[in-house]
Amino acid sequence: MNKKTLAKCFTTFAGFAALSMTSVHAAQTELTVYTAIEAEDLKKYAARFNEDHPEIKINWVRDSTGIVTAKLLAEKDNPQADVVWGLAATSLMLLDGENMLQSYKPKGYDKLSPKFKDRSEEPVWTGMDAWMAAVCYNTVEAEKLGLPKPTSWQDLTKPIYKDHIIMPNPNSSGTGYLDVSSWLQLFGEKDGWAFMDGLHQNINRYTHSGSKPCKLAASGEIPIGISFAFRAAKSKKSGAPLDIVFPTEGLGWDMEATSIVKGTDKLKAAQTLVDWTVSKKANEMYNEGYAVVAMPGVAKPVEFFPANAEELMIDNDFAWSAQNRDKILAQWQQRFDSKSESK
Amino acid sequence: MEATLTTTDTSSQKQPLIRRRSWDEWALGCMMIVGTLALVVTIVLPIYSLLSKSVQNREGNFVGLENFTLFLTTPSLSSSIGHSVFLAFVCTLIVTSLAFFSAYAINRTCIPLKGMFRLILVLPILSPSLLPAISLVYLFGNQGILKELLFGESIYGPIGIIIGSCFWTFPHALMIMLTALSKSDARLYESAEVLGASPWRTFVTVTLPAAKYGIISVAFVVFTLVITDFGVPKVIGGQYNVLATDIYKQVIGQQNFEMGATVSVILLLPAVLTFLTDRWLQRRQSAQLTSKAVPFAPKPRPLADKLSLLFMLVLSGVIIGIILMAVYASLVTFWPYNLSLSLKNYQFDLMDGGGWASYWNSLQMAAYTAVIGTLFIFFQSYLAEKLSGYGVLKGFFQLFAILPLAVPGLVLGLAYIFFFNAPNNPLNSIYGTMTILVVCTISHFYTVCHMTASTALKQIDPEFESVSASLKVPQIITFWRVSLPVCLPAVLDIASYLFVNAMTTVSAVVFLYSYNTTLASVAVLNMDDAGDIAPAAAMAVLIMVTCMGARVVHWFLGDVLLKHTQSWHKR
Repeated sequence: MNKKTLAKCFTTFAGFAALSMTSVHAAQTELTVYTAIEAEDLKKYAARFNEDHPEIKINWVRDSTGIVTAKLLAEKDNPQADVVWGLAATSLMLLDGENMLQSYKPKGYDKLSPKFKDRSEEPVWTGMDAWMAAVCYNTVEAEKLGLPKPTSWQDLTKPIYKDHIIMPNPNSSGTGYLDVSSWLQLFGEKDGWAFMDGLHQNINRYTHSGSKPCKLAASGEIPIGISFAFRAAKSKKSGAPLDIVFPTEGLGWDMEATSIVKGTDKLKAAQTLVDWTVSKKANEMYNEGYAVVAMPGVAKPVEFFPANAEELMIDNDFAWSAQNRDKILAQWQQRFDSKSESK
Repeated sequence: MEATLTTTDTSSQKQPLIRRRSWDEWALGCMMIVGTLALVVTIVLPIYSLLSKSVQNREGNFVGLENFTLFLTTPSLSSSIGHSVFLAFVCTLIVTSLAFFSAYAINRTCIPLKGMFRLILVLPILSPSLLPAISLVYLFGNQGILKELLFGESIYGPIGIIIGSCFWTFPHALMIMLTALSKSDARLYESAEVLGASPWRTFVTVTLPAAKYGIISVAFVVFTLVITDFGVPKVIGGQYNVLATDIYKQVIGQQNFEMGATVSVILLLPAVLTFLTDRWLQRRQSAQLTSKAVPFAPKPRPLADKLSLLFMLVLSGVIIGIILMAVYASLVTFWPYNLSLSLKNYQFDLMDGGGWASYWNSLQMAAYTAVIGTLFIFFQSYLAEKLSGYGVLKGFFQLFAILPLAVPGLVLGLAYIFFFNAPNNPLNSIYGTMTILVVCTISHFYTVCHMTASTALKQIDPEFESVSASLKVPQIITFWRVSLPVCLPAVLDIASYLFVNAMTTVSAVVFLYSYNTTLASVAVLNMDDAGDIAPAAAMAVLIMVTCMGARVVHWFLGDVLLKHTQSWHKR
């Protein structure tokens, strides 16, 4: 910030030397990149990219999935973002439906596993990694309350857990939505809603962010938080008394994906960035936090993740999930959003 | 009014004066026009675009009241109206009584340490409204140190919202109440004593009626503040839906801007009602004290004084306790499992919300807002007050200047998106910049500043303008030499008010910040949202400390400047 202001001062008030300095500065293209990647990773991602492309500077705009999606939609007529790097694929499909994304087949597109890319003729997005559901279980608080460790989703509907579970609200959280959509796919429409009815009885409250339930579990505010594996592993690593539960029925998941926003005036730089995001180096970087990544053969086991992570993931129907998003969310809101009412 | 008439009269009588003054008037009148247009662009048009959005569907077609019908028939949404009204009602009751008794203790009793109490009781105004909410999580949450006091009730819900809201709205109420109770006629109390009225009867028949308008005014202000606040219910509301969080959910969570606009319009109603009532009251209150009134000086009353002191001690204790809890929580390494103290939570760069950069942005934004806002507002108020002629223009200006008081921040922020991000708006380049944040914050807090400036300017005799006009001194020089120096305390008040509010506000700017303009107050919200509650507390504490610093600077400047420029007050 300060450096920029200084640079501006120079251009205005100093002479030729300073002017030439800024022209060097101007050779660096600045890209506005919208993302939902966890905040602590942003610097690392930009730095790794800049190792190969120092000429492009990334200006991050970070928020949770729902908010970034809302922001992009709000700015539809006057887009501010050049690239979206690290947003739920279902959100990108939604944006694509609004015709907001630029189709581009990056170099290395063919090397990605088919699950992780838009397979249409003119692909608009490419996947990075999968983020999957996980349940954070605070051993200290659970022992105080005498709660056994759950192993399946159905376990969570048992009356013993009443008021001891927090989950994200699918209306604002990408993690929340992937949970709901996975339950509907796993259990079928009717049994899926019945399961959520049961779970709702035990829910203490719904949060707006997907990482908050796990952080609350980590700090003992609640014994059980439905969240996602990346956050669970990070919290456990930071010393919280957590056990990470991967329910046996299967795990909902979504992928973080990348796309160019239609109408950007820095298309070339945007394409360079997207090329890099599907590279081997990028995939190795994703693997530092995520067990399952887009390029086959890259992934090494990640601490606190199950070794068979990929097998646990359900066979997610993204198209169904994106198309029915509005309908499912409306239904969910009608059933559960007025929790305090039913109390 | 009279003054304006006489000046026009004199100028029409003396021909040469007309030219002199009309050139002056022309230049200043132009500035007045520019200023009024600025208010149209920053206040009136955005609100218009919001209103029109509320009667459109997603495709932008006119659908009449369809959105409102949908809102009222969706149980989870319409229930929030009931919740909001209930909360606002309870908080109004609590805060109005607390503020009344505190003001009573300060103005009407002989308790010691009045200065200190005054200082402590207004502390909450220096912190973002999120701070008490976060503090409550640590006090009464599941790992809270005073959890047992709630007897198994959850702090996440109405209880938390009520405590948090009372905390941050209290200073606003107290300041109005102090003014309301400061004016009183000692002769009434003497008469009551002579007539042998009991203290209770005196209280009911003399004290209460005199403070009537102050009490009503406080009640309306608190009601509006609570119903439009979004920080407290967001942090500690749990599943208890209120109107303000509905807007956020509709817009941020479901990308449903039309419904967001609809809820905004509903939220606008109580605010407008409050605003109209307040206007009506102000008109009534002016004639209360006559020139013959004798100022009241409290006499010692052992029982009343002791009770008041006890009350003030408890209240101050609660306020200090809530603040200290937030400070302590921000210093604990990993609540509740590692209680050792560290500055780990102040490493904002590892968290959501923009890191330390957001703090520097906030400082910058607050400074710009204070400087530009104060200059613009004070000068415009001066023109509206002291420039002769331009009656119609002034009427519109006054109307636009008081409008922001009736517009909740959340509503204003949303209106700014609709208006400034429209592709056909030539001003859309300011969208996502520091400029829009500064403009929005100035507009949001315009009215109180405008009123402060007008009140101060009204106290200066209009003769100054007529005398300088007859001495052929341009009016702008009179402004610089007389009006500005005389009103310096008010100018400082405005600047410090704008600075503190720019540091703490969340509601309007939460829709408007971008990657290089993340703000500290919004970072508190985002960090709490992501579950990083301790860092959120840390940032809230940092904001509070900064605002305290600003107040110290204000006090220092005011004190030094007062000695130089305000000695004319004394005889």
